Amino acid sequence: MENFYNLVPLIVIIPAAGLLINLFAGKYLGEKGVGIVAVGASTGAFLVSVLLWIALVDTGFEAAVVNMPLLDGWIRIPSAGVEIPWQFRVDTLSVTMMLVVTGVGTLIHLYAVGYMHGDERFPRFFVYMNLFLVFMLTLVSGNNFLMMFVGWEGVGLCSYLLIGFWFDKPGGEGWRNSDAARKAFIVNRVGDFGLVLGVLITFWTFGTLDYYKPHEEPLPVAAHGAEESAPVFAPDVPEVEEVEHTPSGPLGVFNQAHLWLEEGGHRVDFGLFSMSFEATLTVITLLFLLGATGKSAQIPLFVWLPDAMAGPTPVSALIHAATMVTAGVYMMVRSNVFFHASDTTSFVVTLIGATTALMAGFIAMGQWDIKKVLAYSTVSQLGFMVAAVGVGAYAAAMFHLVTHAFFKALLFLGSGSVIHGVEHGHHHVAHAREGEHHAEPFDPQDIRNMGGLRHRMPVTYWTYLIGMLALAGVIPFAGFWSKDEILLDTLKLGTEQGRLDGYIGFVLLLVAAVFTAFYMTRQVALVFWGAPRTEAAAHASESSPTMTVPLVILAVLSVIGGFMNIPDGFPVLGSLFGVHELTSWLEHSVVYAHAGSFNFLLATAAVLLALAAIYAGRLIYNDRVLRTLRLDPLEADPRTSRAFALANAKLYWDEFYFKYIVYPFRDAAHWLADRLDWAFWHDFVHNEVIYGTFQRATRVLTEPVDRGLIDRAFNAIGETIRAAAARLRTIQTGYVRTYALSVLFGALLVMFIILLPVIRELLGM
Amino acid sequence: MEPPEVATELYVLLSAILFILGTLGVLLRRNAILIFMSVELMLNAANLALAAFARQWGNLDGQLLVFFVMTIAAAEVAVGLALIVAIFRTKKSTDIDDLHLFKN
Repeated sequence: MENFYNLVPLIVIIPAAGLLINLFAGKYLGEKGVGIVAVGASTGAFLVSVLLWIALVDTGFEAAVVNMPLLDGWIRIPSAGVEIPWQFRVDTLSVTMMLVVTGVGTLIHLYAVGYMHGDERFPRFFVYMNLFLVFMLTLVSGNNFLMMFVGWEGVGLCSYLLIGFWFDKPGGEGWRNSDAARKAFIVNRVGDFGLVLGVLITFWTFGTLDYYKPHEEPLPVAAHGAEESAPVFAPDVPEVEEVEHTPSGPLGVFNQAHLWLEEGGHRVDFGLFSMSFEATLTVITLLFLLGATGKSAQIPLFVWLPDAMAGPTPVSALIHAATMVTAGVYMMVRSNVFFHASDTTSFVVTLIGATTALMAGFIAMGQWDIKKVLAYSTVSQLGFMVAAVGVGAYAAAMFHLVTHAFFKALLFLGSGSVIHGVEHGHHHVAHAREGEHHAEPFDPQDIRNMGGLRHRMPVTYWTYLIGMLALAGVIPFAGFWSKDEILLDTLKLGTEQGRLDGYIGFVLLLVAAVFTAFYMTRQVALVFWGAPRTEAAAHASESSPTMTVPLVILAVLSVIGGFMNIPDGFPVLGSLFGVHELTSWLEHSVVYAHAGSFNFLLATAAVLLALAAIYAGRLIYNDRVLRTLRLDPLEADPRTSRAFALANAKLYWDEFYFKYIVYPFRDAAHWLADRLDWAFWHDFVHNEVIYGTFQRATRVLTEPVDRGLIDRAFNAIGETIRAAAARLRTIQTGYVRTYALSVLFGALLVMFIILLPVIRELLGM
Repeated sequence: MEPPEVATELYVLLSAILFILGTLGVLLRRNAILIFMSVELMLNAANLALAAFARQWGNLDGQLLVFFVMTIAAAEVAVGLALIVAIFRTKKSTDIDDLHLFKN
């Protein structure tokens, strides 16, 4: 069974194979073929995850590290002591993520086959989706920060490709899609900057990027699992004691950190200065937090996520709800040893998470686009997860991550089904009267154009309702359990440790939870209840089974998903499903995971507040309002109209960023390009100074020097020779007698030379 | 009674005069054949000088050389006259001033 560990490379190889097939042979396979390959690849990865889960259960949750075949030493610089292998880590945390990613991912791939039907670049879409799986699974299965970073960047790329998938839609919409894609990529980059710095400092501090080396046990070894009742699906976990770990070689970062923290007084030298190890960890975790605010859409870098709704709905469901955005949370949970050590960072994380949760929940109440409401809801729920990490409730954060994946994917897929239904209704109506073919602009995502879909699209309605109740945190649906655990842990941080961020966080999260229930009720009311407000909605039809079956499956998961981590002391269900299953499971890899307890009062209060919010929503968005809906009732009421306007305007975040960052940047770029580069550098320095001087110099050289001097000199020589030749030519008279004379002269000359001594003697010289 | 010895210098003088006359003939005459005659005169002037010196020293080498010169003169005349005849065929004139094809 533990041989299944060696299957882990397949988890990236299978989707990679799927995408290559679709990339090169996609156009020959047809929609069905492409769908089979893509969904098959995703299913394959899911099967591998399940096998890995079984392997873990079988071996007592012992983590395994598996090298990638053929890529043993990925980055190896022996002289600098750099050794970063491409190693997969199979432990309970990574397998949890793998199951969520591949499980929900497969359902969404299946849904997408129906959703993207008829698209001209159908194969390309699934290439990108499988590519996303490759990267996301690399992110969660890596055993070192660099693999995580590769996956991190890769999912950012896929996000860009998929958000901008319809970049060629005519009439400005294509531009909006590609703008949204670029916004996502660039804003993420800011976060990535933080992550990269964090990773670099980690490497500098520890000399390695591995979480744990192959045979290390995470310190302090969690001893909680043995105390709770044995998990239902695994054999008895034996008692594990604190292991005295004497490292024989360099350790992975987390154990090393733990040891240094225990010793105390370790310092990290940065050349010009040195910092205490604790301070270094604070810096690292703050930088990681920056990365998480980018990828997981927290304040201040969440602004890309609502715009990302421009992409196809399966993309929104998979990437921007269930998986990619949770990468930040995963990263922080994986680094729990670091975050646990830094109180400063925990404070900041909690507040950022809780504030984001509240702020996004507020904005969601004023949105008209069905997907934007869900996008802000995602930001808000991510805030819950981040806040949970901040208060040290790592297991609660992961629990909420899993349940959120279920019901948020469900809600997004449901919204896609609604959008499709309304679009079909619109076409149906437009075709019926031929003259007005799509004459007036119609936004199928605007909930003001919907209404009464409860009867037209029943499966979508009921599954959506389940998702909404789960998100709102109504017992016994999944969201209740995870959200309640977070609320309780946050409150306990205040009551048990007297920390201010615990109290503040609790209040913010509680209000955010109330908002959540309210805006979801508003959405369900406007979309499904009452009567259809447009012809399109009146003619909407239910979606095909490829789309509705995943909805049903996710709805089931949203109902029972919460039972995987029932808290201690909960009546009935506790003994039925086991208590803290997920927490026990996670404790084997997340050393600071702890089991939350159950507070009857708080839980009841939370549920009642949620139900009250739902009731209030029903009251405000009653049938009369739903029928006419000129304005949102909150807009109409003078007490709330200002607030509604603020929410609708998304609290002016984008306007703020544009005014203070984007436009100044653009103006600076224009200045640099036009004035500095073009006018100064090109026109002046190049043309005037360099080229002009060169021209003037050469002009001097050509005119007087070349023509005047050199030409004249050579011409003179030539002239001389010519003249001489003309003169000498006259010797050739052609007359015999002249030649005879020459002969005579020559003879006389010779004689004279021969007789020279005689002549001299005669003359007495 | 013995005739008076003629001094060798007189022979040489005569030879020189003949030579000069011959040279002038070569330079100043226009008829090709007359130029040849002048050349012969020059050669014979040289012969006279050689014979005179042979008589003076009582050495017959000079007279031997005369024979050589005469032979060569004969050969030269043969060739030269053949050339003139060939030229005459084309030019129809023995005037050497008409031979100026090499004129610049």
